Amino acid sequence: MEIKQTALAGTLESSDIQITLSQGNEGIQIDLDSSVEALYGPQIKKVITDTLAAYDIENAKVKAVDKGALDCVIKARTMAAAQRALGTVDKPNWEVL
Amino acid sequence: MEERLRRTMMFVPGNNAGMVKDAGIYGADSIMFDLEDSVSMDQKDAARMLVYEALQTQDYGDAELVVRVNGIDTPYFRNDVFAMVKAGIQVVRLPKVESAQMMLDLVKVVEEAEKKFNIPVGTTHVMAAIESARGVMKALEIAESTDRMIGLALSAEDYTTDMKTHRYPDGAELEFARNMILHAARAAGIAAFDTVFTNMNDIEGFQRETEHIHQLGFDGKSLVNPRQIDWVNKVYEPSKAEIENALDVEAAIEEAHEKGSGVISMNGQMVDRPVVLRAQRVIRLAKASGLINEDGEYIEE
Repeated sequence: MEIKQTALAGTLESSDIQITLSQGNEGIQIDLDSSVEALYGPQIKKVITDTLAAYDIENAKVKAVDKGALDCVIKARTMAAAQRALGTVDKPNWEVL
Repeated sequence: MEERLRRTMMFVPGNNAGMVKDAGIYGADSIMFDLEDSVSMDQKDAARMLVYEALQTQDYGDAELVVRVNGIDTPYFRNDVFAMVKAGIQVVRLPKVESAQMMLDLVKVVEEAEKKFNIPVGTTHVMAAIESARGVMKALEIAESTDRMIGLALSAEDYTTDMKTHRYPDGAELEFARNMILHAARAAGIAAFDTVFTNMNDIEGFQRETEHIHQLGFDGKSLVNPRQIDWVNKVYEPSKAEIENALDVEAAIEEAHEKGSGVISMNGQMVDRPVVLRAQRVIRLAKASGLINEDGEYIEE
C-alpha cells in the first residue's frame, strides 16, 4: 500500500510515542528519538516495522519520538498513523486490529 | 445477572497512553475506558486503537472492563463497537440513552460484531447512561430493554443542563433522577451507578454525596480520579456489627444445610430471604475491604 499523505499519531506525553509517517522509496526508514534507545531501540523499531508490514506498507519514512511507550502503545500509534496516511481512517483494517 | 461489587467505576480518557496503561493498579471495581467526551473529534480513531491494543495486552486484574463508545448518532459509533467487541470488552456503555430502542439498536451492532469476529452471541454486556429528562422518564423501559443489560448510570452534567439547572452542593436537583434510575435498576435486577463528583478540592462534599447515594442503595459511583476510590470504598465498608451479624446468618445457613432443613433459623427466629441476601452482600463487601479472612473470620483492627 502506498502512503497518500503525511500523517501523525500519538502525543509527546509520558508513556506515549508520536509516530509520523511520510512517503519514502527506500523501504521502511525509521528515525527514532528515545531516551531508552540503547536498550529498547531494536524492539521499538521491530514493533513499528511489523505493524506497517501488516498494512502492506513497504516504503515509508518514519519519525518516532518515544516517551517510554509500551509495545501495545507503539503498535496502536503506528496503526493510527498508518490508517491516516493511507486515508482509511473510517474503514479500520479489522485483519490488523 | 452475575452479582458482583460495583462500588467504583473509574473513568479513563481513552487517548491518554499513561492512564490507559496504569488503569489497573488502583483497585477500581470497574474501569471505564472513554472514547467519547474526553477524546477530541480528530483523535477518535487513535483512542479506539489505543484502548483496543491495551485490552489485548494489559492486565487489569479482576476489574470489570467497560468502554464508553461514542453516541449512536455519531460517525464513530459503529467502528467503536466493532473494535471493542473484537477486543473482548465486557460491557459497552452507551451515552445519552433515551429509549429502549436505542439499546436495541446498540445490541444489533454488538451482535453483528460478535458474529463477524466469531465471539459467541450474547457474550458482550451493555449498560446505559441516562443524561436527560426523557432518559430519566424512560428509565424502566431502558433497564428492561435487553438481557445483556448490567446497569444504569446517571450522568449529571448533561442532565442538570437539560433540566435548566446546575449542580448544587446538596444535590437536591438530582434527587428525582437518582430515585428513578435506582428504582428502574432494582426493578430490572441490574446495577445503579451514581454520577461523577468533579470538584477534587471538595473532599467533604464528595464524602457527603457518597454517603447519601450509599444510603439510597446505589451499587456505587462513577469516578474521575483514582484518589476517590478509597474514599468510596470506605463509605461502603460494612461495620463490625454488620459483619458479625452476616457471619452468624451464614453459619445459620450452613447449619440448616447440614440438617437438611429448608428453614434457616438464628437465635430461635426464622431468617428471611432478604436477610440472607443482605448478609451475602455484607460478606462480599467485607471481603473486598479486607475485613474478613479467607476462612470467613472477622479480622480485628
